[in-house]
Amino acid sequence: MDAGFVVFAGLTVISASAAMSLRNLVHCALCLTVTFAGLAALYLKLNAQFVGLAQILVYIGAVAILIVFAILLTRSDEQTLRATILSPAWWVGVLVGVAVFCALAAAICSSALAKRPAVPPTPVTVENIGDKLMTTYILPLEVIGLLLTAAMIGAVIIAMQERRSR
Amino acid sequence: MNPLHGYLLLAALLFSIGLAGAVTRRNAILVLVGIELMLNAANLNFIAFWRYGPSPEALSGIMFVIFSIGVAAAEAAVGLALIIAIYRHYRTVNVDQVNSMKG
Repeated sequence: MDAGFVVFAGLTVISASAAMSLRNLVHCALCLTVTFAGLAALYLKLNAQFVGLAQILVYIGAVAILIVFAILLTRSDEQTLRATILSPAWWVGVLVGVAVFCALAAAICSSALAKRPAVPPTPVTVENIGDKLMTTYILPLEVIGLLLTAAMIGAVIIAMQERRSR
Repeated sequence: MNPLHGYLLLAALLFSIGLAGAVTRRNAILVLVGIELMLNAANLNFIAFWRYGPSPEALSGIMFVIFSIGVAAAEAAVGLALIIAIYRHYRTVNVDQVNSMKG
């Protein structure tokens, strides 16, 4: 448990809770971006450089921008939002979240898996990852390519449907 | 306290925040943001278990997270396209007001 972990974990948790509780949607999107950046830093700390940089590219570069676009293209009514916070349904939702965290934390703290001694990090190069992707994981790689193509075509068709039918 | 403990607890906390947000917020975009947070918490678990697991040279955690990020990107694109289609139809993104399948 070092200082870097505490700083990045605190940043991630605080910005995640801000993203889920702020009223202004643009502020929520900005806080979400900070959460993704904190997670990318944690991946880098865990010696998974490729995943950390992929997180920055995909989440900060694409998903956050998509969410900002969706916020700008839609209009939310602040009046109803103000009424839902601190309502009974809101308390029930928060209670469910706290209960889930307590259950997970109890399971983690009582598990023998986490009591293993720390091992030195193994060096991982992009060459290793590419090698694995092209040999062992070639079928999942092809499937994910197909899935992304289908998702891209599907997203365009779903978003354009209304205009085409008129 | 073990470093793996810290990462697992952080992932559990992130998952709970995402779950509470997805359940409580009424804006469909923020429900999607909550789901993204839960997916990211799962990814953090994969990486933490890979780093402190018995055989890190197999790279299985990294591979799973790479594919998981790909699936999450597809999910976000389709989800936001659906939200925009719903907004065009109902003129709202409040999930409480989108309550009929016929429209």
